[in-house]
Amino acid sequence: MTTVSMTVNGKKVSADVAPNTLLVQFIRENLRLTGTHVGCDTSQCGACTVHVNGDSVKSCTMLALQAEGAEVKTIEGLAANGELHPMQAAFKENHGLQCGFCTPGMIMSAVDLVKRNPNPSEETIRTELEGNICRCTGYHNIVKSVKSAAENMGG
Amino acid sequence: MYSFDYERPSGVNEAASALGEDDKFLAGGQTLLPTLKLRLSQVDKLVDLGAIGELKGIAKSGSELTIGAMTTHVTVANSGDVKSAIPALGSLAAHIGDAQVRNRGTIGGSIANNDPAADYPAALVALGATVHTNKRSISAEDFFVDLFETALEDDELVTKVSFPIPEKAGYAKFPNPASRFALVGVFVAKTASGVRVAVTGAGPSVFRQSDMEAALGSNFAADAVSGIKTDASGLNSDIHASADYRSHLISVMAARAVTAAG
Repeated sequence: MTTVSMTVNGKKVSADVAPNTLLVQFIRENLRLTGTHVGCDTSQCGACTVHVNGDSVKSCTMLALQAEGAEVKTIEGLAANGELHPMQAAFKENHGLQCGFCTPGMIMSAVDLVKRNPNPSEETIRTELEGNICRCTGYHNIVKSVKSAAENMGG
Repeated sequence: MYSFDYERPSGVNEAASALGEDDKFLAGGQTLLPTLKLRLSQVDKLVDLGAIGELKGIAKSGSELTIGAMTTHVTVANSGDVKSAIPALGSLAAHIGDAQVRNRGTIGGSIANNDPAADYPAALVALGATVHTNKRSISAEDFFVDLFETALEDDELVTKVSFPIPEKAGYAKFPNPASRFALVGVFVAKTASGVRVAVTGAGPSVFRQSDMEAALGSNFAADAVSGIKTDASGLNSDIHASADYRSHLISVMAARAVTAAG
């Protein structure tokens, strides 16, 4: 066991973990933050997407120990003062989800996408979301949600 | 994953001496971790290169662009130095995998793995890059040996890659729609010493297409290569594409790469 320390959603956390513990396992099982989902577990579906030092990463393809000292943000850390993040609000408003399984990863990727492309075209949104798979919506309302959120976020 | 030990050294020499016989270096982990998870690979220890600052960064000096081994694909794609010196290289990096993979994956990890369908090997070979390790410098052509095989010795690690800046260059790939790996990718570079054409995805490892190099040497135009065939024997054949189809794609991608080079 090795001790790992990081900041998750603004809170300092520390735990003894086996070196083969994935970041997503650490988040879900040690911290009990189960908003981050495991979909495919093979780095394809993006349901496990979280931010590490501000960048979206697939937390099933990163060891907890690689996040030593990092700032990690999960879907639980997006809302502030009881208000949904504009991206969350836009997904709700535009019906950007059906079953909701992919949604936490989709939203975390979308927040990173808008950070890098403040005024994204539909094509940019679709390209940038290549790492997130949704089996319900056909993506149409997801793209609409991201576009609307980008506008609300002052893009 | 089977269990393993883990070490996170802060310097190159420390990393090299930490590596034992059944250990592996961990770069961005976008291939190694899935491989470990599927138990296709097993290690005693992972030596994580993520905390070694000297392995990161991009520098342009005179006629050369240098990229540190632990520089991520997204950093290469967004670098002003890369865009001004070798825009085709930035565009290549921008189309590797997906956004999350580009945020973690590194140039050093990619080339040390030498996946036959990886993008970077084509750029390194076409541009005549040099791979620098903690022990020596190796020309890209000597570095990529065969399927998942490089010239790296067991305790040798890539520190940086230097690219001579070409007159112009272009890359075109036909991506596998699921993985974004190159079904076939062709990198074309017009350099001071002639035209070089490197093909990835089609064979067991990256290779140069000398007929196309000769044709482009006398006429650097898409028409000059679109009719040049590549012998399909020895090319990859799998559920995604037959060897004949890959051979055909080489001509199409080469023409597109020349057009992209402008």
